[in-house]
Amino acid sequence: MRGLGPIAIAVAVLAAVPLVVHSNATLNFLIVTLMIALAGQGWNILGGYGGQYSFGHAAFFGTGAYVTAVLQVRYGVNAWLGFGAGIAAGAALGSVIGALTFRSGLRGSYFALVTLAFAEVLRIIASVAPITGAGVGTLIKLDLGAQAFQFQSRAVFYWAVLALVAGSLVATRLIERSRFGAWLIAVRENEDAAKALGVDARSVKTAAMVISGAITAAAGCFYAQYFLFVDSGIAYGTWISIEALLTPIIGGVGTVFGPLLGALVVKSLGEGAKLVTGDVPGLDLIVYGAVLVLVIWFTPRGLIGGFMQARKWLTRRATPTASSIPEAGRG
Amino acid sequence: MLSPTILIPAILNGLLTGAVYALVALGLTLIYGVLHIINFAHGALLSAALFAAFFAYRLLGLDPYSAVFLLSPIFFALGYALQRFIIGPASHGDDRNMLLVTLGIAVVIENALLFAFRADTRTIDVPYGFKTIDFGFTFLAVPRVVGFVAVFVVALVLWLIMTFTDIGRAIRAVAKEKLGAELAGIDVAHVYAVTFGLGSACVAVAACLLIPNYYVNPSVGNAFVLIAFTIVVLGGMGSVPGALIGALLIGVVESLSGLFLGESLGQIGIFVIFIVVLLVRPSGLFGARA
Repeated sequence: MRGLGPIAIAVAVLAAVPLVVHSNATLNFLIVTLMIALAGQGWNILGGYGGQYSFGHAAFFGTGAYVTAVLQVRYGVNAWLGFGAGIAAGAALGSVIGALTFRSGLRGSYFALVTLAFAEVLRIIASVAPITGAGVGTLIKLDLGAQAFQFQSRAVFYWAVLALVAGSLVATRLIERSRFGAWLIAVRENEDAAKALGVDARSVKTAAMVISGAITAAAGCFYAQYFLFVDSGIAYGTWISIEALLTPIIGGVGTVFGPLLGALVVKSLGEGAKLVTGDVPGLDLIVYGAVLVLVIWFTPRGLIGGFMQARKWLTRRATPTASSIPEAGRG
Repeated sequence: MLSPTILIPAILNGLLTGAVYALVALGLTLIYGVLHIINFAHGALLSAALFAAFFAYRLLGLDPYSAVFLLSPIFFALGYALQRFIIGPASHGDDRNMLLVTLGIAVVIENALLFAFRADTRTIDVPYGFKTIDFGFTFLAVPRVVGFVAVFVVALVLWLIMTFTDIGRAIRAVAKEKLGAELAGIDVAHVYAVTFGLGSACVAVAACLLIPNYYVNPSVGNAFVLIAFTIVVLGGMGSVPGALIGALLIGVVESLSGLFLGESLGQIGIFVIFIVVLLVRPSGLFGARA
């Protein structure tokens, strides 16, 4: 399959990191960064390729986290099965929310609001329902061992989340090159025109939300296994909704590597800001918000879009005749 | 439980709460009606305005009700500048970008407040803060009654601006037909910014009315803004009377469901209304179109 080469190289490079870096703090930072990248990969399928900007992807992240945790703690289900069930639950939730919202034809501001509201409803339910541990949250028992998806070494966790990210990169690439991907992009660019050409926009968007929900839920499942604790403010909190959309937008919305690049950049900037002034609450988020505004302002297609623009500008200077070719893609 | 001595005060209190929600929602619906975007920075601006009202009282000794006349021009200018110099240029005229930029601004403001003032919850202590008026059958808190009256004053002022001033006519023209207004020589960027300024000024008024018997912390605005979203959707995005009626309705629903279901489940009632209205009738009760 064409186009998988860059993914293989990027994953191989990232996979080598724990062989060189042994600091637990650094590995922990990278694990969290990759987890956020994974959540962003999920958002990117629906938001980046489908143009439906969700402001409530916490709904999927939280559902994945809670299903994984609750199945293990209350029903004694094996962690790996719980993990799979969490991903399936994310997909199922995606199909429900997708079917409801796209049936009503919600777009733009309305879609953003309704996704936000779903996440909030789930957060409130999780904060009072006994099955989720209500306000106290759910604690997964420490049980080190591969069968429980709990590892002594940070490096193994790192490789586990990297494997998930690699899977999502390949999935994104395959979608991008498939007929389904073409339909999805057509819906993003002009829904009415796509419909006129016979694309079933509602099913395409709903399918994108199912895939999107499954991937972001996987990030939530990983969160539960890594931190062994879930509560409503973490699982369904607005922080994850924001970070899931921040990373693809900053990295490059609707590109395969956008969320990964965006996560690496914003998380590094956040850490950098903490190094400068010490760990003061709120500082990293100030940086995230400012970077979000600046990226939209100056490179609307994210850092990857910026690189491509810069490259085009450089090659254009080298070969002046190329400048007569009109710019392809969206502005 | 259903005796009128409990029910009537609950409904009245709901109406008073709804009035403050209406002020927050008015700004939101005004901005939506003209710019056609949801301003996600609205809650953060409310938190900022509450802090401003708090410090106006603590540092300048300014009574919150007098602070209205200082803070609403300041917030008008702030809102104007935000739209004119940041949101407008940064979003390149794309609605989705505008949503994201307002979200980015919200994150920056909220966390700048957290950074500066920490997560502590603060209150002010005005003599009338917990005074009540005896209506014979029930007692109502003075600041909430003042707020109730003030909402209608603000709505009246907005209506007067919209109906009788040149800028009001320009705003209505842009809301109806942006391109046509532009062709008629209206400076759309200026009108957008004025609208955003008016919406922010509403938030400043709401903050001054809230602070006497409410508290302030960096994320306090979020609680209001989610409710304000609901109200705006319920009343019909862009509709001022819709926002007023929607707000009073939501205030009563919250008060009654709090009475019957308890505090935290009471909130769910609001979100369920929100989702159902969005799914079944996205144009709301008074909106013309989706």
